[in-house]
Amino acid sequence: MSGHTSSYEPTSRWGKWFDERLPIARLVHGSFVAFPTPRNLNYLWTFGGILMFCLVAQIITGIVLAMHYQPSDTAAFNSIEHIRRDVNYGWMIRNMHAVGASMFFIAVYIHIFRGLYYGSYKAPREVLWILGVIILLVMMATAFLGYTLPWGQMSFWGVTVITNLFSALDTIYQGLGTGIVEWLWGGYSVSGVTLNRFFSLHYLLPFVLTGIVILHVWALHVVGQNNPTGLELKEPSEAVPMHPYATSKDIVGLFAFLLLFAWFVFFMPDYLGHADNYNEANPLVTPPHIVPEWYFLPFYAILRAFTGSFLGIPLGSYAKLLGVIAMFAAIAILAFAPWLDTSRVRSAKYRPLFKWAFWAFAFTCVALGYLGAKPAEGVYVLWAQIFTVLYFAYFLVAMPVLGLIETPKKLPRSINEAVLGPDAAAAAAKH
Amino acid sequence: MTSMTRRLVSSFAAAASAVLIVSPVLAAEGDGPEIVRQQWAFSGFRGQFDQAQLQRGFQVYKEVCAACHGLNRVNFRNLVQPGGPGFPEEAVKALAAEWPNQITDGPNDEGKMFERPARLSDPIRGPYRNEKEARAAQNGAYPPDLSLIAKARGVARNPSWWTHPFLMLGDIVKSYQEGGSDYLFALLTGYTDPPADVKVGDGMYYNKAFPGHQLAMPTPLQPDQVAYSDGTKPTVENYAKDVAAFLAWSADPTHDQRKRIGWQVMLYLLVTTALLYLGKKRIWADVKH
Repeated sequence: MSGHTSSYEPTSRWGKWFDERLPIARLVHGSFVAFPTPRNLNYLWTFGGILMFCLVAQIITGIVLAMHYQPSDTAAFNSIEHIRRDVNYGWMIRNMHAVGASMFFIAVYIHIFRGLYYGSYKAPREVLWILGVIILLVMMATAFLGYTLPWGQMSFWGVTVITNLFSALDTIYQGLGTGIVEWLWGGYSVSGVTLNRFFSLHYLLPFVLTGIVILHVWALHVVGQNNPTGLELKEPSEAVPMHPYATSKDIVGLFAFLLLFAWFVFFMPDYLGHADNYNEANPLVTPPHIVPEWYFLPFYAILRAFTGSFLGIPLGSYAKLLGVIAMFAAIAILAFAPWLDTSRVRSAKYRPLFKWAFWAFAFTCVALGYLGAKPAEGVYVLWAQIFTVLYFAYFLVAMPVLGLIETPKKLPRSINEAVLGPDAAAAAAKH
Repeated sequence: MTSMTRRLVSSFAAAASAVLIVSPVLAAEGDGPEIVRQQWAFSGFRGQFDQAQLQRGFQVYKEVCAACHGLNRVNFRNLVQPGGPGFPEEAVKALAAEWPNQITDGPNDEGKMFERPARLSDPIRGPYRNEKEARAAQNGAYPPDLSLIAKARGVARNPSWWTHPFLMLGDIVKSYQEGGSDYLFALLTGYTDPPADVKVGDGMYYNKAFPGHQLAMPTPLQPDQVAYSDGTKPTVENYAKDVAAFLAWSADPTHDQRKRIGWQVMLYLLVTTALLYLGKKRIWADVKH
């Protein structure tokens, strides 16, 4: 799993015997012990490990919850209450899983923004980056399916709204969208049938996710980690073995992250959810405003920015379809970042203009999140449209244009020079 | 942005609440009215329930609310458990046996369903078997089950976009989770005469805290209505506060244990993070980075 040759030497006879037959210890040693990591990684690089923890924690808590949960329209809500009230420490497992979903997204968004800032998507890391985008998509699908399962009001109406998006395809071919929606629902409305299949898929997808994560880590270990300078490793002295260096740093990051995690699990488990989801699903009562979970809000704002007109351009009957396309494009466009960015310099540290564009983009994402929670009316729609344009402008204008017009700051010749200064770097290179 | 979504959704949750017969007022309603935050024994990260208050709150529920509202997700046995009202087991056994709303059990040896007095393991039933029966008896309105009401409601705040992040951060630092109880207190003490320009619908009552301001529940609490035995003043404010606290427990019976374990976990994590950081510093001591 590593482009790096392992220095693993089995010490026992049994170890040697096994290594000749299945060199799994060699693989682990090469990939996670001796693997060379740049010496200058900062704490933002601990989020990969944090995400690995999140995935495993979600799977373990999820498996335990599934032992007590009943995926049927009459029993689902009651079984969650059963878990909260009567299962031993059920409240804790349930909070860890529900809060864990939010923490997973906090971590993945930091991880993505780190990649965008330091140019981790650029050659030779394109495949690594695209696998990451696929991971994000599968994570989103999993979270969306999982949010259905408590079968509260927001679960029910969230599913109704989001699955209904596919009906926009009717604009292209009459009956296509409706057909897909009915196929997803397993009927003519969201029902217990829908809940049952969503549970099945919610249990499946994390394992698909695990598979893609393994590919992601594999790709990482082939091309090596990026670092704050964006320079490639040139000298062995620019790297330190993953263990104990990177691992000791990763675990500090993880435990600091767990402090935040535990704060929500134990002191404010409902803060990240919706009060309305403590009302059991009722197909006869529509909440006047249906709001997705916070991690979908920016994309929800983009979806709803396409009303009858967009910044004065009339859209007519295509408004809904365009909104859906824009929402999915907002994620898909990430995959094209390696080719949209024309700059040869990776790290925004040495790109004075791009740095501004990056922070403007970060602000845009937060603003879209804020707007996604507001009703789609009045001035909010206009702002959502403006920020939607800015969102795409980052990829379609800032990335290609800035690379051509910007004069980057002088790059250090090597990671060692950035860390040690020019003289010490030259001395280190001699050794 | 999450507290805002909570705010929006919770105000609309209240709006959608089944107590209300859908009125045109609702359609025009944006955010709910501002709700004043109260000091609760269980507020914030250090809060724990006040057992005497939970006992008084149950008394208010039993003597007032239970006339219309059930508490189906709470079992009589829960009233005995630590972290709750903590009544003596014998007293709760007697209470269950005398509870007016009996349990349908069966079928018996003749194949018939029968009514029997409640036991410790049974839920605290309201007077109605189902929604239809409730609506028939309540002139079309539906008194919801109160087990989760304190979690299914919240407070409305409407900060400007630039103060919003700071308020959100403040709520996280204080771990504000008492919106439901704040709302219930405001609702129960919020019955006033309607403003001159508001026409209150037939069989509806004006309430300044309720989204839309008109609800089918008449003023439930009157001074001196419930005789407290511990010297607490028999005022509407005290009744409202006690029952709101009791309903917060009903919605979250493991609350005290949760926060107690929470502190142990936080302490463990703090110490471990500090130790791991020192270890990391030691390991990296020779490597400039």
